[in-house]
Amino acid sequence: MERITMALAGNPNSGKTTLFNSLTGSRQHVGNYPGVTVEKKEGTCRFEETEVNVVDLPGTYSLTAYSAEELVARNYILEEKPDVVVDVIDASNLERNLYLALQVMELGVPVVLAFNMSDMARARGIEFDIELLSSLLGVPIIPTVGNKNTGVQEMLGAAVRAARAGRPARVPDIHYGEEINQAFERIKDRLRECHTTTDDREARWMAIKLLEDDKEVAADIRSDELHETVRLERARIESVFGDSAETVIADRRYGFISGACQEAVRSTVEARHTRSDRIDEIVIHRLWGLPIFLGLMYLVFWLTFTIGTPPMHWLDSLFGWLGQTIGGLWPKGSDSILKSLLVDGIIGGVGGVMVFLPNIVLLFLAIAALEDSGYMARAAFLMDRVMHKIGLHGKSFIPMLTGLGCTVPAIMATRTLESQRDRLTTMLVLPLVSCGARLTIYTLIIPAFFPEQWRAPMLWIIYVIGMGLAVLCAKLLRSTIFKGETVPFVMELPPYRMPTLKGMAIHMWERAGLYLKKAGTIILAVSVILWALTSFPKVQDTDPHASPAERQAAELSYTLAGRIGHAMEPIIKPLGFDWRIGTAMIGAFAAKEVFVAQMGIVYSIGEADGESTPLRDKLRAAYSPLVGFCIMLFMLISAPCMATIAVTRRESNSWKWALFQLGGLTVMAYVLTLAVYQLGTLFGIGIK
Amino acid sequence: MPLSAVPPGRSVVLRRIRSGCVLGLHLAAMGFVPGVPLDVRQNTGNGPVIVGLKGTRVMLGRGMAEKMSVE
Repeated sequence: MERITMALAGNPNSGKTTLFNSLTGSRQHVGNYPGVTVEKKEGTCRFEETEVNVVDLPGTYSLTAYSAEELVARNYILEEKPDVVVDVIDASNLERNLYLALQVMELGVPVVLAFNMSDMARARGIEFDIELLSSLLGVPIIPTVGNKNTGVQEMLGAAVRAARAGRPARVPDIHYGEEINQAFERIKDRLRECHTTTDDREARWMAIKLLEDDKEVAADIRSDELHETVRLERARIESVFGDSAETVIADRRYGFISGACQEAVRSTVEARHTRSDRIDEIVIHRLWGLPIFLGLMYLVFWLTFTIGTPPMHWLDSLFGWLGQTIGGLWPKGSDSILKSLLVDGIIGGVGGVMVFLPNIVLLFLAIAALEDSGYMARAAFLMDRVMHKIGLHGKSFIPMLTGLGCTVPAIMATRTLESQRDRLTTMLVLPLVSCGARLTIYTLIIPAFFPEQWRAPMLWIIYVIGMGLAVLCAKLLRSTIFKGETVPFVMELPPYRMPTLKGMAIHMWERAGLYLKKAGTIILAVSVILWALTSFPKVQDTDPHASPAERQAAELSYTLAGRIGHAMEPIIKPLGFDWRIGTAMIGAFAAKEVFVAQMGIVYSIGEADGESTPLRDKLRAAYSPLVGFCIMLFMLISAPCMATIAVTRRESNSWKWALFQLGGLTVMAYVLTLAVYQLGTLFGIGIK
Repeated sequence: MPLSAVPPGRSVVLRRIRSGCVLGLHLAAMGFVPGVPLDVRQNTGNGPVIVGLKGTRVMLGRGMAEKMSVE
């Protein structure tokens, strides 16, 4: 069977992801961390006898070296050489979208244009002569409607044909003008002289990029003469046109596009934004904008808790029943090691984490809705003033919102930030934004210690503390290590769109699936290790006069985990933590959810008769609400999980920052928790 | 006059952008080329400015808006 690779390129908000989803459905996967690259979303689909491997490139406006995402997209096309590139174009915003299309075509690869959301464009009074436009641009154009699955098969067919046809006969004939064409020719001559390339089309592309002063392309050129030629040509163009070469080139490209559009597109009304604009009048209003934003955030947490609680209880009972059934296979009072491993280690540990899946799913769903509707960009707008005060800009706020789901993709989302200083600052403070895994800890602790009416506010408070600390740390970093001017910031506000159920489901599943996978792998392994640590070595002869509770405590203290915990106790005692919490904290480094798993294990081991009281009741009996709060505070701030450290190391390209993040946050967690616990004890707040 | 000084509701034409090369290219890709008409949609005197440009809505940080001269 024939196999081809098709890359999807396109502007942000062009509906590329929706199209990708309707092409590949559930047959897609996101590369996994740590270690494996994630920027590439891949999926497969079939067209007749051809298997098509679809790669979703990051959404970009052009193929310059402006941000890491643009580089990823460009390098993929240049280096991996997909058989065909489908450029997804928002048909109601043709001119700007065609700018990227021109650049993709200039790379000389087979290109098909998908005029997406063409129904919307028509409804808004834009009429295009597809045939004429297609012949002007020299590429096939297929109108599609991604969320209704219209035109998707036709697009696939055109892509397969283009891939079979191979390299297009011509690249679009943009009239750069005599001056600029001469400059291209002179640079091309030099390129040939130093044997950088023999391919004429590639040489032309490189000449364009060099004239645009593209740092990436220039860095690969070693010839000083060539650099000198480029410098001279740039200076000449600037003196002729009174504008930099890149501005003139961009201007010519737009000229070409508007020329083509004038002939082939008729727009009766400009109505793309009316509804969006009306919504924006309220949502980003200077007075109500911020309260609306905070209210929405509160709603997200409230939903996570109220809707998530009943299914959480069902899962809880399910795992309780499972534990008892499996435990029942052994005679009553048996101290079989296998039974303990299955019931206390695996069901207690993995089950304890799985129980929170409903909450996680709901949180991810809410974030997906915010992302897909276009609200995220408005949040960036609203937060820009605040972010500006701490030396970052509104765009840094989007990774922070993503961080509510999981810190790892949030750190990767910092790729959209252009300045390295902004990027590092955002990356380093991101673990302070509570992720879904930490939500697991909060959902265990909060109902155990706080009355009903305090639960949602408490959760909100914890999140706000995290955000507040992130802001403070960012400010601190920006005024010390990452001192420097704030870079200017530009961002598109996409029109609001109704998120589709399918899109949200896919988004949510991507992340919930990762949570489940983690439960089945890392958490399972760590649970078994922690179970072994909390079970061995066994006490040989116990005091026959001791009560069962005393015996259980003595047995636990004797195990390896008990010993490690006891060794840690002098350090963590001032925070209000005992050795049990200490062992759970070590486990939490593998993944934050393990904290819950380990507490489950520690408190269930030694229950000979399988009569299990819920973990929350045991916690309430063992600790004060103040300790409960301190646990949450410490887990909020302290050592980010292994995956976070790994991704920080990869994205910052140095161990230095990853270790700085680990050390800095742990020290801060210790100091703050110490202060809260000691002050709380002193003033008698939440002691019992 | 800088874009940051234009009150909301006014339409202007972009003349020049004072910016580094890479940023200039990015702005050009988003449609900010000399001669393009811009409608200022929101400008509260501090914080970002929102402009309408070729049927899209773009927000510009205050610093960026100060670097764009318009007519």
